[in-house]
Amino acid sequence: MTTNTTPLILRRFFTSVVRGSLCSHLTMRGVKKPRRGGMVHLGTRRLGGFIGAFFLALALLSPAFAVQPDEQLADPVLEARARDISEGLRCLVCQNQSIDDSNAPLARDLRLLVRERLEAGDSDQEVRDYLVARYGDFILLKPPFAWRTLLLWLTPLGVLVVGAIVAFSRRRRGSREREGLSGDEEEALARILRQE
Amino acid sequence: MSGAIGTLSVAELGHYALVLALALMLVQSSVPLIGIRWRDERLIAVSGTTPIVGFGFVAIAFAALVAAHVTSDFSVLNVFENSNSAQPLLFKITGVWGNHEGSMLLWVLILSFFGALVAGFGSNLPSALRARALAVQGWIGSAFLIFILLTSNPFARLDPAPLQGRDLNPILQDIGLAIHPPLLYLGYVGFSIAFSFAVAALLEGRTDAAWARWVRPWTLVAWMFLTAGIAMGSYWAYYELGWGGWWFWDPVENASFMPWLAGTALLHSAVVMEKRGALKVWTVLLAILTFSLSLLGTFLVRSGVLTSVHAFATDPTRGVFILAILMLFIGGALALFAIRAPEMKQGGLFAPISREGALVFNNLFLVAAVSTVFVGTLYPLALEALAGDKISVGAPFFHLTFVPLMIPLLLALPFGPLLGWKRGDLLGAAQRLGAAMAAAILAAVATAVATGAKGALAPFGLALGVWILVGSLVDLAERVALFRAPARITLSRLVGLPRSALGTVVAHFGMGVCVLGIVTASAFSTEEIVAMKPGDTVDVGAYTLLFQGNAPATGPNYREERALFVVSRGGKQEFSLAPAKRFYTARQSSTTEAAIKTIGFSQIYLSLGDRMENGAQAVRASYKPLVTLIWLGALVMAFGGALSLSDRRLRVGAPRRAALRKAAEAGA
Repeated sequence: MTTNTTPLILRRFFTSVVRGSLCSHLTMRGVKKPRRGGMVHLGTRRLGGFIGAFFLALALLSPAFAVQPDEQLADPVLEARARDISEGLRCLVCQNQSIDDSNAPLARDLRLLVRERLEAGDSDQEVRDYLVARYGDFILLKPPFAWRTLLLWLTPLGVLVVGAIVAFSRRRRGSREREGLSGDEEEALARILRQE
Repeated sequence: MSGAIGTLSVAELGHYALVLALALMLVQSSVPLIGIRWRDERLIAVSGTTPIVGFGFVAIAFAALVAAHVTSDFSVLNVFENSNSAQPLLFKITGVWGNHEGSMLLWVLILSFFGALVAGFGSNLPSALRARALAVQGWIGSAFLIFILLTSNPFARLDPAPLQGRDLNPILQDIGLAIHPPLLYLGYVGFSIAFSFAVAALLEGRTDAAWARWVRPWTLVAWMFLTAGIAMGSYWAYYELGWGGWWFWDPVENASFMPWLAGTALLHSAVVMEKRGALKVWTVLLAILTFSLSLLGTFLVRSGVLTSVHAFATDPTRGVFILAILMLFIGGALALFAIRAPEMKQGGLFAPISREGALVFNNLFLVAAVSTVFVGTLYPLALEALAGDKISVGAPFFHLTFVPLMIPLLLALPFGPLLGWKRGDLLGAAQRLGAAMAAAILAAVATAVATGAKGALAPFGLALGVWILVGSLVDLAERVALFRAPARITLSRLVGLPRSALGTVVAHFGMGVCVLGIVTASAFSTEEIVAMKPGDTVDVGAYTLLFQGNAPATGPNYREERALFVVSRGGKQEFSLAPAKRFYTARQSSTTEAAIKTIGFSQIYLSLGDRMENGAQAVRASYKPLVTLIWLGALVMAFGGALSLSDRRLRVGAPRRAALRKAAEAGA
């Protein structure tokens, strides 16, 4: 009955999602291409997808761990710093995954880059600045505090303050009402006023 | 293969049942309302039966889809794309909701299930209120059924039928898929009842304590399931993804977390409304917001807008449809609220330091937390759509914003139950919490000493957990007058304690357990990433892991390579672990199967990486102290909800039975 009702484009999209090639949709505007190779391909191992993913945050993350033994630095202090920085950097071709968690080839390149910079003597902030200069703010999982992120950073505080003010003023008004008229009296008053 | 042309086909039967269900939903959403207008009891009474029959038809449709999956009927597109005849039966069944169409059908199934429950057990409700609430429920159901039938038909056919299916996404081939989505949906969709009652109350223009008493159990049910569902999902991600993370602040997770936070706030404000008649308007608004966040989550995930704005642009049909549903219901409910809320009377005055005040405090911080998760999830989308700027918001943002909001809330938590209604005694409460304070300080000092005073975060976090744990026990001790009264009285008080009070104690205790788990697992986990050859060892925690080598194995629809490890402690062999890498042939994709050993409340977590060029196996081994407390705590919370639900006062239908009993006694 409905054999041909699924539009082709939908089916094609669907299939691409199923096949896990979704990341190829994620070419980025304003993001410089990574050093080696143009488009970054994720292996079939990177399962894409919102297919069945309502409940599946995990389907959006790749299985298998990211950081491989051969990437690690010999100096444990430096390595710890590298991990720490990596956790705050986004794997640009993934969905909200840090390069520390992603096993996409680009994430590996970035992890190596972070370690390279650290070995060259950069401070943590210098490493981040270096990457931001190359890839833009998009790479930071903690966006910078700026005009365009003002609302993002201030909403929690704003809601708290406004909420507190509303709750407090309600209470104040409530206690004034207690000194004033009761609900019934006000209704009676309104009735009288209407009659006039 | 069944379903061939000429035989009665299960798929068409399901499709037909779905259409009939829509017809019934439309009746449910209109006829009783006409009945209210015309004051015709017979028309109003329609809402007592249609939801039950409607649920029956949705259930038939769902069963039909299950049948198509179980029999591997690849002439059905949905089965072809998400199933494979070699799959184990369990995954054939769970694969039904492991995809877009099937999960939307599950969504509607649960929605109509709740509708049927209200119709079946709601005979003691005022008939007009019930009819209105069920009509609202019917509107939601109709909208989603139309969505399914027009854009996401799970029964769409393929001709000719392929011989083999594409297989379910390997990551979903797990027992987790059997439990997690149904639980989560029961929670998510369960909040629709609170929403429907809120809208019905606004339509009627009045709410009272009886309304709150009606809404609270339904909210509790939804909250319980959502709590358990989120915990389950978190554990699933933890063991399936292979690197031991348990919460990622991923937009999809956030989509389920927002209704949970709002629902938690709703539970607490409904208490105030029921007991004291205060916060009426606010509770109604929260009921609307909570389900709105569920709808928002459905939109976020189902429209594909999260995956990428481009994906949404390529195929906007579904997304736009859900967005329309979203705006219709959220916008409509909020507009109705704006019109009717000012007419509602606020009641029940209270001092800032009181039980009510504490619950307002709770609501304030939970709502601020919801707004944080909300902007964190949607801001990047909005910024990209409006300004074309791309930013990322991830875990580090939430650690800086969400966590600080939780700290005052958790610090204040033990005070709440100890404060009196109307006017509380903060100093008195603090004195009674002396034991909890002492325990918390002790925990902080002990941790600081044990870790060599490195950083204040871990001692503080542990102290916070202990503070809540002991604080909830103090609440219990106070209620049963422990040590203040003879043991006999304490015991009888304990037995006579209202279940809802016990539920509060247990749920708060669970929160403490959860906090302890989060803090210890985050602060004290150790991890080793090494390349190992057979015969190599690695130490995690107090354990030594000896790598013995790899061994291939085959499953029904995959091949795997296992790595064998023998674990010993203090030179004594204790157990063995076998993490694996699986390769699923149908989809040409692989998964990592972590090996996890639970020791007490702690776990050893072992997963495999790639083979190195020199033949060594990359291994990630970690010891996670008390990590299971994170999920156990959530389950304890859900259990607290169940206890509270079993309270005689809230038991569905109890008021009427009590009235009947009284009438019988009076007659006798």
